[in-house]
Amino acid sequence: MELVQILFWVFAAVLAASALAMILVKNPVHAALLLVLAFFTSAAIWLLIEAEFLAVVLILVYVGAVMVLFLFVVMMLDINVEELRARVTRYALLGGIVTGLVVFELVSVVWSRSLGIDVTVGATAQPAEYSNTAELGKVLYTEFVYPFELAAVLLLIAIVAAISLTMRKRPNLKQQDISAQVAVRREDRVRIVKVDAVKPDAPAPEEKAP
Amino acid sequence: MMEWIGNLIRYPEWPAPLQSTFWILGVTVALILSVAFTTLWERKVIGWMQLRKGPNRVGSIFGLVPGIFQPFADVLKLLIKEVIIPAESNKVLFRLAPMITLIPAFAIWAVVPLDPDLVIADVNAGLLYVLALTSVGVYGVIIAGWASNSKYALLGAMRSAAQIVAYEIAMGFALVGVIMAAGSLNLGDIIEQQRGGWFTWNWTWLFPLFVVYFISGVAETNRAPFDVAEGESEIVAGFHVEYSGIAFALFFLAEYANMILISTLTAIFFFGGWLSPFSGFVDVEAVRSIAYVGWLFALVVGDGFQWLFLKLFLILFLFLWFRATFPRYRYDQIMRLGWKILIPVTIVWIFVEGAMAYFKVGPWSEG
Repeated sequence: MELVQILFWVFAAVLAASALAMILVKNPVHAALLLVLAFFTSAAIWLLIEAEFLAVVLILVYVGAVMVLFLFVVMMLDINVEELRARVTRYALLGGIVTGLVVFELVSVVWSRSLGIDVTVGATAQPAEYSNTAELGKVLYTEFVYPFELAAVLLLIAIVAAISLTMRKRPNLKQQDISAQVAVRREDRVRIVKVDAVKPDAPAPEEKAP
Repeated sequence: MMEWIGNLIRYPEWPAPLQSTFWILGVTVALILSVAFTTLWERKVIGWMQLRKGPNRVGSIFGLVPGIFQPFADVLKLLIKEVIIPAESNKVLFRLAPMITLIPAFAIWAVVPLDPDLVIADVNAGLLYVLALTSVGVYGVIIAGWASNSKYALLGAMRSAAQIVAYEIAMGFALVGVIMAAGSLNLGDIIEQQRGGWFTWNWTWLFPLFVVYFISGVAETNRAPFDVAEGESEIVAGFHVEYSGIAFALFFLAEYANMILISTLTAIFFFGGWLSPFSGFVDVEAVRSIAYVGWLFALVVGDGFQWLFLKLFLILFLFLWFRATFPRYRYDQIMRLGWKILIPVTIVWIFVEGAMAYFKVGPWSEG
């Protein structure tokens, strides 16, 4: 076996194991971290097929941003683990159906290839100086520019919607006005008063202790 | 010097894995030593700024540089201290967290070009790799804070997560500007594109982006004035409050390695990396041919590691200067600076760059 193949099997095993463990572990924080491991190993597998741009972006976007926010939320939650365990079989039937569907689709893709219906053109190895990133950029900004911009607009709508849903004007909301804070001068806060010096009365002579 | 070592290492009889192993070891050891002396330099600099002497007891070389062996004494002390693992903590993650912080801090150096012909891995998507790994470093902080099962540690981790997510966006946008100027994601190409002397480096045309990148870099490394994740006056030591001994030392090592890394990357992205500020003005070959002292002058005017080192040293000094002089930001001020000031500045400057590219000025004048 070639080294690349051995690496593929190692990564594939780690990926499958971490994905499985992710849905089986009790602790939600552990589950999130296992998902991070799954993302890492799939990025490694993408590197093996020389899709370095996609691999690095997977880590950058999912591991670096999405999962950090996930962890952020999950750590704040106070989840009763035992209660979750009791209901683990509740969705077993639905889960089983979905799993069956996914397995069927995967198998049929592989099987159709063995029948000679090969819709995927085999990837050809590229020379060393071939830049994945530049080629992707060229395609994205010429051939697929409208779908690309459409996706961007969709994301923008999602951002605006998320912000407008959470930004409620509540009646008793107290908010800082930063520009007002910054614009404060000394005169607004402190008043310096000149007070004339007054000579205090001479203290009464102490009475002598008997 | 570098060339000479390079030729020795690249001697064709050495198998490739051995060569890269040698370079990885070399860079790692050099980095750890630099971290050691950076801590000493930091304490010295802050001492001078506060009219003190700084460490001056441990070791001296013939009465000069007193305190030179202070870092080694510190390391020894940390090594022989007990590593205490809190009883109610998550044991596995507690031990894993310092390593997760440390690994990205070292792994990024693989793509950093140190010299015209010295880079461990010359990859095309180098800049993306740098961005991806800097964003992974935050996991160590979050996991450490959570696994400690301590309130202050968790508070520190939460602060750090929110801060790093915010500043990473500004950092990424600032680097988009660098990519636009260079037209490449390869760090070597980014340096090569800036060739032509002091004023063609990226800092002239991308000055706002340089400022944003450096501020976000300081925030990403959790250094003062953005060190709310540690915040010793409020939450003792933040995310690493439960760590002791060598486990704490690993966090410390990662923080300083990240500082050196951000300085190096700032030098590469905005100050021409290993380029000499005289290149374009002086003919290096003519200088080198001067009898006897030519090689010395060539070292000064020619490109090479010496220039990268000087630049990163000066930028690193800024980190120490900040720490000695700035008060810590309040948490809401950090968020406001990141989201409402730095990100808009970068977006505006990307449009300005678009206009510059259209009218063919600055870095785009040749193309």
